[in-house]
Amino acid sequence: MFTPEVLEQSKTMKSKWEDEVKKIVAKNADQKPKWTTVSDLEIKRLYGPDDIKDMDFARDIGYPGQYPFLRGNQATGYRGKYWTFRMFSGMGSAAETNQRWHYLLQSGQTGLSTAFDFPTLMGYDTDSPKARGECGKCGVAIDTIEDFQTLIKGIPLAKISTSMTINPPATILWAMYCASAQMAGIGLDEISGTIQNDMLKEFIAQKTLMCPPDPSVKLISDTVEFGTKYVPKWNTISISGYHIREAGATAVQELAFTLRDGMEYVEDVIKRKGLHVDQFAPRLSFFFNSHIDFFEEIAKLRAARRIWAKAMRERYNSQDQRSWWMRFHTQTAGCSLTAQQPYNNVIRTATEALAAVLGGTQSLHTNSLDEVLCLPSEHAVQIALRTQQIIAEELGVANTIDPLAGSYFVEALTNEMEEKAWDYIRKIDEMGGMVAAIERGFPQMEISDAAYTFQKQIDANEKIMIGVNKYCTDDKVEIPFLEIDETTERDQIARLQAVKNKRDSRHVAECLKEIKTACEKGENVMPYCIEAVKSLATVQEICDVYRDVYGEYRDPGIY
Amino acid sequence: MSERKIRILLAKPGLDGHDRGAKVLARAFRDAGFEVIYTGCHQTPEQIVGAALQEDVDMVGLSCLSGAHTYLFPAVTKLLKEQDAEDIIVVGGGIIPDFDMQAMYDAGLKAVFTPGATLDSICDWIRTNVQPRE
Repeated sequence: MFTPEVLEQSKTMKSKWEDEVKKIVAKNADQKPKWTTVSDLEIKRLYGPDDIKDMDFARDIGYPGQYPFLRGNQATGYRGKYWTFRMFSGMGSAAETNQRWHYLLQSGQTGLSTAFDFPTLMGYDTDSPKARGECGKCGVAIDTIEDFQTLIKGIPLAKISTSMTINPPATILWAMYCASAQMAGIGLDEISGTIQNDMLKEFIAQKTLMCPPDPSVKLISDTVEFGTKYVPKWNTISISGYHIREAGATAVQELAFTLRDGMEYVEDVIKRKGLHVDQFAPRLSFFFNSHIDFFEEIAKLRAARRIWAKAMRERYNSQDQRSWWMRFHTQTAGCSLTAQQPYNNVIRTATEALAAVLGGTQSLHTNSLDEVLCLPSEHAVQIALRTQQIIAEELGVANTIDPLAGSYFVEALTNEMEEKAWDYIRKIDEMGGMVAAIERGFPQMEISDAAYTFQKQIDANEKIMIGVNKYCTDDKVEIPFLEIDETTERDQIARLQAVKNKRDSRHVAECLKEIKTACEKGENVMPYCIEAVKSLATVQEICDVYRDVYGEYRDPGIY
Repeated sequence: MSERKIRILLAKPGLDGHDRGAKVLARAFRDAGFEVIYTGCHQTPEQIVGAALQEDVDMVGLSCLSGAHTYLFPAVTKLLKEQDAEDIIVVGGGIIPDFDMQAMYDAGLKAVFTPGATLDSICDWIRTNVQPRE
């Protein structure tokens, strides 16, 4: 990357600088002996040409829109289109959520993102004993397609893309979306969006669990196949690192486990469905965390692009560059926010959002300041959305593509993260793949170790969180608290009962039977799910079929 | 006479899958010399109380971040009472808003550990407030 003359000059100047540092530090020690990222990667006092001298410009850095896409997938960058302002949102009833969605759209968000409540996420209806006390508290309650229709009322499905954070019941909620589009006269080839639908990371981190790993992956392959054939603008998986990071993983672990999960899905679809990688890979998408250590996150996202491009072309022999692109959504880190002095969270979210943009994200959710305490109030969510809009329109960072390219530090850190990620990927390969690694508890234990280490560091003040272990105050800051009360559950149960009373139960039973047969025969369940949701089958009724055929998976409680 | 170790059941009631805190506590308790049984996620109050009695624990720690603690935590203490096991100390943690605290204490919880509580402070509280049951 540099001529021998420059490297010689640099060597001389660096030596002089090192002597100067030694002299100063002898009199004034550094504030602390070690300086690391939040993930414990040790960072040097200074980076220079010698840290990246072995890089090959064309092979390792290059240009946006060219392999290996370090600098971005698109030649035009954000000048062509800003990242999508996509706020994760869901609360109480479908009607309340619909209201919030219209508020967000009017406030300038450009994509939708659905947060479901725990009963829906876990495939239970609101009237299940397991759902008691949970209705609407963490997201929107959806039991049948009637709730879903209320949720999307007034939303132009052909014009706006919708992401749905849903995992074991993904086939069902996607079926509701597809059926709703059809019922509105919109073709499946017109709708766009994403279903999270990434079960591997559930076993590793998020823990919305239902069936064991193999049938869970089978259902995912069903959606990929169905999307490839009929819903071409839909991302059928959002291969996620966000939750892996929230569970306590380091940045390298987040990067490695996410990408290795992606590889596992690619291999499964090829093997199980006989598809060629380029038939479906362009519609795989990813979802990363943007945590508090600014440069570590930027380096992580850049490394992710380069690793995925290499994996697709070299490991899977992909020929289509659209398969080589890593397209991702990012969410700022919930676990970096504090309950103490919650207004500080506005700053944390802002810098994390900026890191995601400098990392080239395609889509972004910014957490609200009250994220640690409750669902976002209207005021808090507005600040979070404005954060993105200010970054886009005022900061100037969208003027130019990948502005940090060529930085000695950022390129060196990007390289280091890629190298360490590949180490993990190879290790998991040697274990027999990600499903095998999960069965051994490998990623789960890595995460547990990292989470415990971090907590001990905080308790020992080795890592600082303002308001938690430094600059603490006794005053309690009162912030508006969005409450979901018990009437939500009561009303939702009444709505569900009304649907059950009016529907043709024989037809529902037939539809459920068809799903069961499809599962037993290994057929694609999607067409049968669409029929079933139209017949007013509930989320739980269909999930119970999956539980019946595939068995239930119990969290082994690894710690 | 040597006292046996304090036995703790750490449980995740309800559908909430956010287990980072519970797992960190399980490790801390183990390192602190307590005996820990961690249930994993998705336990019903019945399952938790069943495990607590079967494992003959001295304390049950409940972790919930989904907002369903208002129903779930009192459900556990109620069942323990019905089983004549009110001497099992019950504590909680997770996302428990200030305005719910009194209801938790009224339901029988002896402590609710809020964000910022260090691992040592929780272990110290246990050493002070939890005895091995007769």
